[in-house]
Amino acid sequence: MTAQPVRFYQVGSFAVGNRLLPDDDRTVQSDPTRSNSLDSGHRACQGCGEALGARYAIDAAMRASQGQLVAVNATGCLEVFSTPYPETSWRIPWLHSVFGNAPAVATGVAAAMKVKGRSDVRVIGQAGDGGTVDIGFGCLSGMFERNDDVLFICYDNEAYMNTGVQRSGATPPAARTATTEAVGPEPGNAFGQGKDLPRLAMAHDIPYVATATVADLRDLEAKVERAMGQRGARYLHILVPCPLGWGSAPGDTIKVARLAKETGLFPVFEAENGTVTTVSPIRHRTPVEAYLSIQRRYAHLFGENPRPDIVARIQAIADRNIATYGLLVDDESDNHDPKDPEGVTA
Amino acid sequence: MLRQIEGSRAVAETVAHCRPEVVCAYPISPQTHIIEAVGAMVKAGTLSPCEFVNVESEFAAMSVAIGASAAGARSYTATSSQGLLFMIEAVYNAAGLGLPIVMTLANRAIGAPINIWNDHSDAMAVRDSGWVQLFAETNQEAADLHVQAFRLAEELSVPVMVCMDGFILTHAFEGLDVPEQSDVDAFLPPYEPRQVLDPDDPVSIGAMVGPEAFEEVRYLAHLRQLDALARIPTLAAEFSEAFGRQSGGLVSPYRTEDAETIVVALGSVLGTIKDAVDVRRDAGDRVGVVGITSFRPFPRDAVREALSGARRIVVVEKAFSIGFGGVLSTDVAMATHDADCSLRTVVAGLGGRAITRRSLEELLAAASRDELDTLTFLDLDHGIIERERARMTATRRSGPSAENILRDLGTVASRIG
Repeated sequence: MTAQPVRFYQVGSFAVGNRLLPDDDRTVQSDPTRSNSLDSGHRACQGCGEALGARYAIDAAMRASQGQLVAVNATGCLEVFSTPYPETSWRIPWLHSVFGNAPAVATGVAAAMKVKGRSDVRVIGQAGDGGTVDIGFGCLSGMFERNDDVLFICYDNEAYMNTGVQRSGATPPAARTATTEAVGPEPGNAFGQGKDLPRLAMAHDIPYVATATVADLRDLEAKVERAMGQRGARYLHILVPCPLGWGSAPGDTIKVARLAKETGLFPVFEAENGTVTTVSPIRHRTPVEAYLSIQRRYAHLFGENPRPDIVARIQAIADRNIATYGLLVDDESDNHDPKDPEGVTA
Repeated sequence: MLRQIEGSRAVAETVAHCRPEVVCAYPISPQTHIIEAVGAMVKAGTLSPCEFVNVESEFAAMSVAIGASAAGARSYTATSSQGLLFMIEAVYNAAGLGLPIVMTLANRAIGAPINIWNDHSDAMAVRDSGWVQLFAETNQEAADLHVQAFRLAEELSVPVMVCMDGFILTHAFEGLDVPEQSDVDAFLPPYEPRQVLDPDDPVSIGAMVGPEAFEEVRYLAHLRQLDALARIPTLAAEFSEAFGRQSGGLVSPYRTEDAETIVVALGSVLGTIKDAVDVRRDAGDRVGVVGITSFRPFPRDAVREALSGARRIVVVEKAFSIGFGGVLSTDVAMATHDADCSLRTVVAGLGGRAITRRSLEELLAAASRDELDTLTFLDLDHGIIERERARMTATRRSGPSAENILRDLGTVASRIG
């Protein structure tokens, strides 16, 4: 089964204004009475994907929990830019302990709520990719294995951005970071097996695992809502471009995120109890060059001494994702025509 | 009611009577019997409501306790040795956040070489973390200190560690009086958090604090410890009134009146030292002993007062600062810096080496004759050390020292005791 966005003839594209939708289908952010969980005035960089992703995710979770929400935050950009005290941007109860323990701290909050009979209060743990796939992974795996009642959100910007763009276990091959410089015969990060956390989460057989990007915020909200509709350990992995670390234009954050999905490099899907249930198909199949070439972290693959060999290896990763997840719908041409009014039925 | 009971079991039952709401468990010897027993009580429903969380590491144990405590639940865990070191980042964090978690530390040596037996290296490693550290002399005191620990922690919003000697106390069966539920309920009111994660009154906890306020936050933590210093004796007095026995307090002097030589120590070794003091008193030496129950906060005034008549102070420590000497000795030296007396450090009982009454008697006799070096290692086998030093001199690749020494010793068990 695939999740196919409905296209609307009024605008001839997949985009649609909330005013054209019935109330139930409108986004959380369009609701003037919504929460303002991560308030303005924080110190994220211009074009920060993480700030955008967190705002949408937490407000959606606030709506799903009728405002009864506690968030636990790992150390990282999100923690630092949101709380240079006394200027906290959080309008929800929020706790930061240390870098590697957010899943366990969230477990503790959930245990306290359970023992106090406050099952209405829901708990979110959140971290960047370092706090999730590296230093926090032990605690995260333990939380998954026990099936604790926590939604854990990873805002994946593919490196340690808070400390100045160092490689993490989520850094993609060939990407330049401060600890994988673009020098030598194999510039940038090494090609490894990758640490695919959504699949590792699925291997724990937890009720719900999903990926999303900040390019499709309605999809992101819907996944948060679906996750909040369930109990037990749930995991949401959101790709959040980092203009600073990726060397992309702040105004291109959405575009970069969309290209990550459209190239197949970042598969967007949902899984329940260890099995993929829906995938978001690629609408415009795009070669990886389009994604790589607008980010300076890949600049060493292009320019005067281009490395088409490395680009081809990255393309192979995308192709493998496309095959593994079935990211291409059968009638691809149909997706290429935004003016096709018949798309309503897709 | 006196019962013949294992120390760990007594602590577990006492902790259960304190009605913890979240207990995090990860096994490590010699603490394991405590959390096993608490787990069984939760499973059986005799401790309810309580969430018993089997975590995947000590780091997670303290982290779950942090989350639970910040959400307003009375939280408890127990650990030892490597476990304490594995959770140390969260240990500091709990104190920095001012969360009144109570933890039992079944004191055990730290590797390498790996060693499961008792000393105080683990407690000393977190001496500066901001936790209150109370040392139990007996299993009765270990049990009683937990009741006082929850009260102290929650009154002051400071975490409290109850230290009890691994195996020597945790695995010893003896007659003791487990604090009754009704008495504990009367002594320990429900937890009223000073800060709590509440959706109806949202606060941010654990924010970034820069140079503009960090020192003040740390100083406040110090003031809370000073408050604890004042509160610990009054809590012990209240406890004594409610339970009819003396437990806790800052220091516990024994036969120090007119004593020229006073031994200072922490924990269960005080019992053996008291026996040795009795023997030396009978032989005419004017000796006494001061047990320190509250190691952090360190009761400088009470220690100075208790040692005020002494000409010689002998600090017997189950830990030391490698490359320097005593840890407790340094604190005692600070407390008595203006006193006219000598101070000697005796490192003893590392890694479970038995501290025998006979060795202590000889030590006290030597101290009375002013024959003790500044730093002495009790019952150290110099021959073994010389052999290993000779090997290291003879050849570059002399191999791992610990294993070489074990080979020299032959049957390891013959060395214990």
